[in-house]
Amino acid sequence: MEHIRTTKVEQVKLLDRFSTSNKSLTGTLYLTATHLLFIDSHQKETWILHHHIALVEKLALTTSGCQCIRSDPVIQCKNFRTVHFIVPRERDCHDIYNSLLQLSKQAKYEDLYAFSYNPKQNDSERLRGWQLVALAEEYKRMGVPNSNWQLSDANRDYKICETYPRELYVPRIASKPIIVGSSKFRSKGRFPVLSYYHQNKEAAICRCSQPLSGFSARCLEDEHLLQAISKANPANRYMYVMDTRPRHRMQSWWATQKDIGRIIVRISSKIWNDEKIRESDGKKRLNAMANRAAGKGYENEDNYSNIRFQFVGIENIHVMRSSLQKLLEVNGTKGLSVSDFYSGLENAGWLRHIKAVMDAAIFLAKAIMVENASVLVHCSDGWDRTSQVCSLGSLLLDPYYRTIRGFMVLIEKDWISFGHKYSERCGHLDGDPKEVSPVFTQFLECVWHLTEQFPQGFEFNEAFLLQIHEHIHSCQFGNFIGNCQKEREELKLKEKTYSLWPFLLDDQEKYFNPLYSSTSQKLAALEPNTVSFNFKFWRNMYHQFDGTLHPRQSVFNIIMNMNEQNKQLQKDVKDLESQIKQHKNKQTDGVLTKELLNSVRPESPALKTSLCLKEQTLLPVNDALRTIEGSNPADNRYSEYADEFSKAEPAVVSSEYGVARMTC
Amino acid sequence: MEFSELIRTGQAQAELLRGPEMPPLRGTLCVTGHHLLLSPGPQATPDLWLLLLRSVDSIEKRVAGDAGTITLRCKDLRVLQLDIEGVEATLDIARSIEALSSLESVITSFPFFYRPKGLRLGEAWHFHPPERYYKRIARETRAWRLSEANEDFSLCPSYPRAVIVPRAVDDDALARSARFRQGGRFPVLSYYHAPRGTVLLRSSQPLTGRQKLRCAEDEELLRAVLAEARPGARGFIVDTRSAQAAKQARMTGGGTEAKAAYPGWKRLHRPLERGRPLQESFVRLMEACGDPEQSMDRWLSRLDGCRWLSHVKEALSTACLAAQGMEWEGACILVHGAEGTDSTLLVTSLAQLILDPLSRTMAGFQELIEREWIQHEAPIFLLFLDCVWQLGRQFPLSLEFGEGMLLALFDHSYASPFGTFLCNSEKERCLCEVRTRTHSLWSGLNQPKEQRKLRNPLYVPNPLAIWPSVEPQSLRLWQGLFLRWTHPPEPSEVAWEKVWQIATDQKTEGSQPTDSASEPQP
Repeated sequence: MEHIRTTKVEQVKLLDRFSTSNKSLTGTLYLTATHLLFIDSHQKETWILHHHIALVEKLALTTSGCQCIRSDPVIQCKNFRTVHFIVPRERDCHDIYNSLLQLSKQAKYEDLYAFSYNPKQNDSERLRGWQLVALAEEYKRMGVPNSNWQLSDANRDYKICETYPRELYVPRIASKPIIVGSSKFRSKGRFPVLSYYHQNKEAAICRCSQPLSGFSARCLEDEHLLQAISKANPANRYMYVMDTRPRHRMQSWWATQKDIGRIIVRISSKIWNDEKIRESDGKKRLNAMANRAAGKGYENEDNYSNIRFQFVGIENIHVMRSSLQKLLEVNGTKGLSVSDFYSGLENAGWLRHIKAVMDAAIFLAKAIMVENASVLVHCSDGWDRTSQVCSLGSLLLDPYYRTIRGFMVLIEKDWISFGHKYSERCGHLDGDPKEVSPVFTQFLECVWHLTEQFPQGFEFNEAFLLQIHEHIHSCQFGNFIGNCQKEREELKLKEKTYSLWPFLLDDQEKYFNPLYSSTSQKLAALEPNTVSFNFKFWRNMYHQFDGTLHPRQSVFNIIMNMNEQNKQLQKDVKDLESQIKQHKNKQTDGVLTKELLNSVRPESPALKTSLCLKEQTLLPVNDALRTIEGSNPADNRYSEYADEFSKAEPAVVSSEYGVARMTC
Repeated sequence: MEFSELIRTGQAQAELLRGPEMPPLRGTLCVTGHHLLLSPGPQATPDLWLLLLRSVDSIEKRVAGDAGTITLRCKDLRVLQLDIEGVEATLDIARSIEALSSLESVITSFPFFYRPKGLRLGEAWHFHPPERYYKRIARETRAWRLSEANEDFSLCPSYPRAVIVPRAVDDDALARSARFRQGGRFPVLSYYHAPRGTVLLRSSQPLTGRQKLRCAEDEELLRAVLAEARPGARGFIVDTRSAQAAKQARMTGGGTEAKAAYPGWKRLHRPLERGRPLQESFVRLMEACGDPEQSMDRWLSRLDGCRWLSHVKEALSTACLAAQGMEWEGACILVHGAEGTDSTLLVTSLAQLILDPLSRTMAGFQELIEREWIQHEAPIFLLFLDCVWQLGRQFPLSLEFGEGMLLALFDHSYASPFGTFLCNSEKERCLCEVRTRTHSLWSGLNQPKEQRKLRNPLYVPNPLAIWPSVEPQSLRLWQGLFLRWTHPPEPSEVAWEKVWQIATDQKTEGSQPTDSASEPQP
């Protein structure tokens, strides 16, 4: 509160970011403790949550030749909204600018919106909300514990790994000393644990962090744990270790970390030694070891019958952050040409990164589907790229994760519980900007690409993904606050805040995909095609608030409505049938049946017209703008050309200049 | 002419490969006067595979050992491979295809022989598109008349016999104006925008030449257009060339309307690419689309480099500009480039789709194409279809026809058993008696069995103008066309089938009780 000096400013202009003629709306700007609110002259409200503000800038304005810096705030939001206000009085302008600077960056968790947000639920309702997604049930659904996998209590008090959840599933033959030993060998104690168990294939997706640097000795416990994972799969003796980092980066890294190289080689060779050694392979093995020691790469993995290494080349959080930055610079440009757009898209590299994540997930899914092999995934710390690959891989394998509820479970499991650092990656608090990165946004974008490629494969629609993205930054709900489960427990989030999921489920009719086919056997495991043509710029995410760029009519909305109407009609038919039956029982008179049917008929035209009118009732949050029938040419950029219309001289004048000005 | 002279061999054993997603076909290959056929033999399914030879764009042959391979690149962007037994047979078949696919003569083409069951000759032909259209506008205004000055095609061979012109201008004046315009294409009405009482005209460039010649009748014609519209009405000439190019055209006898000579009219230059550069753009796009192995960066850079989507954007923007001039400024618009037969038609037809709800119906769209388009076999017609597809994507409920219709038009524009797209002018069409001796494409497409492919199940008539976004973020590559054969989007087709199902359920259940309701189960 102490940051707010001015709460209301009138005669504020909101500029359209893509209009070159500086089109604007005039209205009143209100500053509340949690939101910035603009109400324009048509009473349309624009709410901006302070937590959504990524950047407030002052704009250099050129007024009649002299350039002066005013503090008119240009606000860039984490949900990709960009707004530019012009405030008449410089003093108000200054106050608002400074308030926003303060309000958009909170120093401590307790100041986040979730701790004051009150949706008028009592304690038991809130608790039930938090229990809606229970991971214990999810592991049961997957089929663990079983004869090969068990629940380990090693991390019950977060003693082994602070960033893991309390409950972890490990191979039954892995004893506690082995787990403890392995955790000491892995960065941040994140030893290999189960992420997803494929019941039919009896194969597992496991996750961990990289081996620790600085050790010169091998870690027998870690080797044992890897062996245990491979043995927990009765169908296949070999397993994959997927390093999600790009090989070229790793090569230079390995060059400086030869020790680790040797350790990995030893792990592999140890396991390899357990198998029958054939004489002829001895030499090959030596070569491979020499290569590895020199940091030259891993071409000869096939020599090892138990572990196959795979690099998949997803770049790190810093590369991703700057890639998104470049993307936003391109698509925020006024008067963007087609050529600038595509060369910008290429330079940003964003779609290349999305494809890399997708390819990694496909590799993972194929290893399980085709080869029946278990896979261990890691990156550096095992909470960014590893989360992306494990969750997407599971999504490809298991249709449950493609339902509304299953997707919530997936996010809770692979992202929230395994310690994806939401607060740091989303910049919830005023912290290190280098920790901010759109890792989760990329995951959502990959899922969106899958929904485009498999229009019938998902129970949810795009609006669902956009809504989740909205809330990872909003800090309105407790789910995404903090960086790991331990921290969340310390913050007492389940007592002090609400869970997002019940609110999404209450609204789920907004998020249904009308084309979803839950029974299609073809869509059990998805096999997406990642040919470059298939990757498109996700306009509805990165331009979700720029209504003029969207299709003017929404297919989804009309199909949703048709579906609803069809259901209603089917119900009507059933009701009528049972009525007819009743009447028939009373008096077997066909005339009555006809009368009954005729009484339905007059209703149908009304139903049809209501279909067109009702079109807007099921709109997701931002969709109102997209369904403007016919829209308005003034919203579009060709209207600039129309300036030439108004410049036209009166007819009389032109004859005076006549031929001399022919060239035009 | 006897086709048999051109057919070197009767038949051969062959295997046909139709792309990665389709199973190969094996059987007896046979060349006829108009077709290449493959008959799978008695034991297999009786399905006969058929290719119209006209649709072959280029042919490559290779022989090795005692077999040969023929690769056919088709005008509908398909690539087919035929593995044929016997070297002689391969060479003979290749020569036959080469000879037959490049026949120039119109009257020996397949439409003149095509006599399908269930269709009658002369059906569904729009015999007199301008006359029909004139009836429509005559209900709204008396300012225009139907002139038959071009009845013998002496004024302009590429115009129909009847054209719509200002009532105040007589046929003699039209003849003079025609002499002042390239190819005789004097300004005629293309579209009457009733809500604002404004008009869209098209023509070719005036032949001002170096001497800056003028033509009083031509000037009078355009003056009359403004005078009829409304006192003080303004006009805009949308020239589809750059100011520079328009000026240079004077050196070769062309030029632009001088400001002094056409009071009330103002020129706007909106350069649109056509001809060779457009063809090259298309070829480069197709090359990019033919390589599924390329990296993301390479793909994006080729998509940028081919500039096809830039052309889409420019075409749509220019059409929007013309439409906006009519709808918002209440101005009259004349569109022309040089010949007035390519980019001009692109702009006038797109502007109508934006403004006129009737042109967005199945019947209206067919009429629009008959009325506006002369030459279909050029990338400019494809560019038009692409722009319409973009409109349909942005207004998915406002076009009565769907993507299938646009694909069908694309296919039939290059090679078709129907006569609609034969010949490049009305005059030729009359000489060849196309309308009485061939079937109309519309009669083929309007058969009930075709409708599910062609119609948009979500269509709801929209009485308003549809203003598309032309930002690069809003335009997309038309995958359904450019990646049709290399990358078939199977799951989305299944999804589309489901959309149909939902939409048709809606209609049948909404309009009448179902059978089960009228006959309740005991």
